[in-house]
Amino acid sequence: MVAIIDYGVGNLFSLNASLKKIGVEVTITNDIEEIAKASHIILPGVGAFKDAAQLLKQHKMDQAIIDNVGKKPILGICLGMQLLFDTSFEHGEHTGLGLIPGEVVSIKDHLINKELKVPHMGWNKLIKTNPSPILKYTTDEDYVYFVHSYYARTPKQYITAVVDYDIEITASVQNGLIFGTQFHPEKSGECGLRILKAFVEC
Amino acid sequence: MLTKRIIPCLDIRNGRVVKGMNFEGIKDVSDPVELAKYYNQEGADELVFYDITASLEGRKLFTSILEKVASEIFIPLTVGGGINTLQDFDRVLKSGADKVSVNSGAIKNKYLIKEAAEKYGSQCVVLSIDAKRIDNKFKVVTLGGRNVTDLDMVAWAKEASNLGAGEIVLNSIDMDGVKKGFDLEMLQALCQEVNVPVIASGGAGNMEDFKILFDSVPKVDAGLAASIFHYKQINIADLKKYLLQNNIIMRCI
Repeated sequence: MVAIIDYGVGNLFSLNASLKKIGVEVTITNDIEEIAKASHIILPGVGAFKDAAQLLKQHKMDQAIIDNVGKKPILGICLGMQLLFDTSFEHGEHTGLGLIPGEVVSIKDHLINKELKVPHMGWNKLIKTNPSPILKYTTDEDYVYFVHSYYARTPKQYITAVVDYDIEITASVQNGLIFGTQFHPEKSGECGLRILKAFVEC
Repeated sequence: MLTKRIIPCLDIRNGRVVKGMNFEGIKDVSDPVELAKYYNQEGADELVFYDITASLEGRKLFTSILEKVASEIFIPLTVGGGINTLQDFDRVLKSGADKVSVNSGAIKNKYLIKEAAEKYGSQCVVLSIDAKRIDNKFKVVTLGGRNVTDLDMVAWAKEASNLGAGEIVLNSIDMDGVKKGFDLEMLQALCQEVNVPVIASGGAGNMEDFKILFDSVPKVDAGLAASIFHYKQINIADLKKYLLQNNIIMRCI
């Protein structure tokens, strides 16, 4: 049973449907016991970092995640991935879960070619930089779907894939059993389903 | 880099695809779920569903179809047609839409854009503009071009993006259905002034029209079309292969 953490952020329809599509049992929950029983945890998220971090705390889901670190695979998606880091500089400075060293910074501030549009939205090609079990079924020709204006900067050892957008944007990360994807696997077509399948096989 | 996107658009009335034609390998071409699956297999980067139903029952049918499509196909889905309130946003987002496109609903009440962007995020709010040339100016029109508004197309697009629209679909009524290529002049006028993604719509007649679009107006992010895909004048997989061979970045599957 995969637990999708429900803390009032974003639309969970596609994530739920995509996991069902690959034959996985899903529970959408903010119940600590149910999360403790789950085999895998997914932390979704869309919107602003500050609001999401607050909601996570309000629902006591920050502690629920921390309690399960090392016990079962955890996957953060999009803003859910950004929440795994120490700090975000999205409209101020905000504290994350601190499960992967690094910070979340503005794409716009770091672009050299200022003509490029932000958000970084659309399909971009995954470039694998370190082996990761969640990418075991992806190839060098796979594209995944992004929508975001901030990106994670973390030591190379935690980065498992990047994409090129004038700068190198962190696409997926790993620290032990903690995984994160900046892209939306549930919106990345058949390739995204392979990534979710690989995650539930972890 | 980001790929250019190819987006087929499906008009739905009373739960059926309007203008459905014979496709090989599809039993029921006017079944939106079947057609959506087909386009997904061909490599469509996104799908747009327009609800052109007027009745309440038709609306409900549309929502249940959306749920079916969103349970089978895992690429971005945009929904438009009859979006006038935040409740309309809510209804289609809960049924699996990722983006919601507003047109005349935003002309009537521009704060719909702001409220929706604040509630759901800009990435979720698409402004769709129908425009045509009136006295050498690009004017916003409604009712398929029958009603001309006071709005200047570029000024409206800028205002909407300031209010929070995260993407703009520009449909040239002058070129719509003519199949002589996209309205490059109109698109250029828009792309010079806004920095949100722009989707070109109206006028595609063959594969070369897409190449000319992306070569001539590099800031255009996507090309949208309906009938040329439905009538299979262009196959999406072939189109993407052709564009890739012409050095336009494409996701080919």
